[in-house]
Amino acid sequence: MSAPTKKLPPIDPMDLAGIDDLLSDEEKAVRDSVRRLCETVVDPFVADWFERGEIDDPRGLAKELGSLGLLGMHLEGYGCAGMTATDYGLACLELEASDSGVRSLVSVQGSLAMFAIWRWGSEEQKQEWLPRMATGEAIGCFGLTEPDHGSDPGSMRTRARRDGDDWVLDGRKMWITNGSISDVAVVWARTDEGIRGFVVPTASTGFSAPLIKHKLSLRASVTSELVLDGVRLPADAVLPEVRGLKGPLSCLNEARYGIVWGALGAARSSLDAARRYAIEREQFGRPLAAFQLTQSKLADMALELVKGQLLALHLGRRKDAGTLRPEQVSLGKLNNVREALEICRTARTVLGANGISLEFPVIRHMNNLESVLTYEGTVEMHTLVVGQAMTGESAFR
Amino acid sequence: MNIVVCVKHVPDAQSDRTFNESDSTTDREGVDGLLSELDEYAVEAALKLVEEGEGEVTVLTIGPAQAADAVKKALQMGADKGVHVSDEAIHGSDAVATSLVLAEAIRKIGSPDLVLTGMASTDGTMGVVPAMLAERLGVPQVTYASELTVSDGTATIRRDGDTASETIVATLPALVSVTDQINEPRYPSFKGIMAAKKKPVETWSLADLGVDASQVGLDAAWTKVESFTKRPPRQQGQIVTDEGDGGTRLAEFLSAQKFI
Repeated sequence: MSAPTKKLPPIDPMDLAGIDDLLSDEEKAVRDSVRRLCETVVDPFVADWFERGEIDDPRGLAKELGSLGLLGMHLEGYGCAGMTATDYGLACLELEASDSGVRSLVSVQGSLAMFAIWRWGSEEQKQEWLPRMATGEAIGCFGLTEPDHGSDPGSMRTRARRDGDDWVLDGRKMWITNGSISDVAVVWARTDEGIRGFVVPTASTGFSAPLIKHKLSLRASVTSELVLDGVRLPADAVLPEVRGLKGPLSCLNEARYGIVWGALGAARSSLDAARRYAIEREQFGRPLAAFQLTQSKLADMALELVKGQLLALHLGRRKDAGTLRPEQVSLGKLNNVREALEICRTARTVLGANGISLEFPVIRHMNNLESVLTYEGTVEMHTLVVGQAMTGESAFR
Repeated sequence: MNIVVCVKHVPDAQSDRTFNESDSTTDREGVDGLLSELDEYAVEAALKLVEEGEGEVTVLTIGPAQAADAVKKALQMGADKGVHVSDEAIHGSDAVATSLVLAEAIRKIGSPDLVLTGMASTDGTMGVVPAMLAERLGVPQVTYASELTVSDGTATIRRDGDTASETIVATLPALVSVTDQINEPRYPSFKGIMAAKKKPVETWSLADLGVDASQVGLDAAWTKVESFTKRPPRQQGQIVTDEGDGGTRLAEFLSAQKFI
């Protein structure tokens, strides 16, 4: 027997599957607050930031994000909001629906720099940095990738040597989000005891973070090189609780999880723009939306968005249950960024020439996702992680 | 200072709002609802007053089960506790009955120094409940406040008219309705969302308030919707060709529509 006839709820063209039903009231409230913040402090300005390749006031923006509770939101204590992984994912999606660069700022601050200190730091390091980073007063970055070592961080050349009780760091890090505006950098370096993490105040002598220019992606985001030229740090600058690649990889796993959700924000924004444009734009005497080829594109984009959202939510529930494996994060990042990029590219074609204009968000999202596709583990690496999980064969080590 | 803010759960203006076929009342089932946007200004005004001094903000609503969402939103913004009056007999109530139930609920809450409301609901948009409620409570009514200050047992508001702004003072306790010019409502921070989970919300029936069911609902309403028809599709707008006087004619149009 089917249920007695009940009035069907209306269909939401941007939530065709009704995935909203799977969220709690609090989760929806988190999402709504992030959306409203972004509508106020990001959306009106971000196309201009992207065009100029510069955020007007990144420190002011960080404080706005911090006042809502976004920075380190999924961490407990030390002024952090202590939200769930699912809340964090929903927030990433809304942030990236505005711009991947702003989501990157939050990811790097919360999942990389703050998480590293929160998970592997000493009590003193936590007390010193986390409360200020949660409010956005202090900004952090995370130095793992080097000019010659990306997917293979184990071969890094940045080195920390002991000099008495002190540590002295030499080396270079590359493609570091937030680098030039950071107060603190978590830097990973080779030592005699394996790879170790260091909490480096950016005011330290010998530390500099020149801006990387000439980017055609993530232009509303600060990307830098970190130069460590004999940076002398006290003994207690080292993250005491971890040795080896496990340290940085645990942080990357946090940030990648956020990207599983975030990329779908860029996709949703692009799909929404394409749908609206198709309804309004007329050619041959009728809206683009009335052409079968356009409807086919819209339907295909919506299908992939729905599938990606279900996957993200499922992984989020697993993370909250403590059962999420890194391989599953790879699965999610691989699928969702790839499909999100494809959605943005298809949306671009629906908008025709307008698709390349910054008057619409589409090409900005599309270009941003070219970075997201590569950073925090390339498509190739995540593919090989999935392949290894399926076969037991490592094809890269 | 203790403040009661009256709020309403309304159908989302961005969705396709309609009436029930059976009794021509507002359809609250088939559409998403939310805290009336105009009431957010009243919640914000209350929170600001309490943050400046002391006291607590109680948020009060009347409506079916899902109206509790409006209370929850206000608690997430920072209100201290909530009261939700819910009773099937209330369905179809007019403004007269609504003000009666609100008045009885406010009496049961206690004797607030201030009752705050929005200037109107975004669904009914009658804007008469604040005045009716003040009358029932026997307190001064100062409506359409675009500015509000409270000190030394008085509430002072600014009311902006077309040609002049009035400053009006009322002794407390008083009822103040606020416009969308008074402030910029906050959105809930994550800490606010978490804290709201632990805040008390009481649900009262008409019997709890000592209100007889015959005094409220569609049958007791002084006015009711006889019929409704969908608004016809929007007509094409007026096209003005600029012959050197485009700016003037645009200004004339906006002025005639009272936009400027």
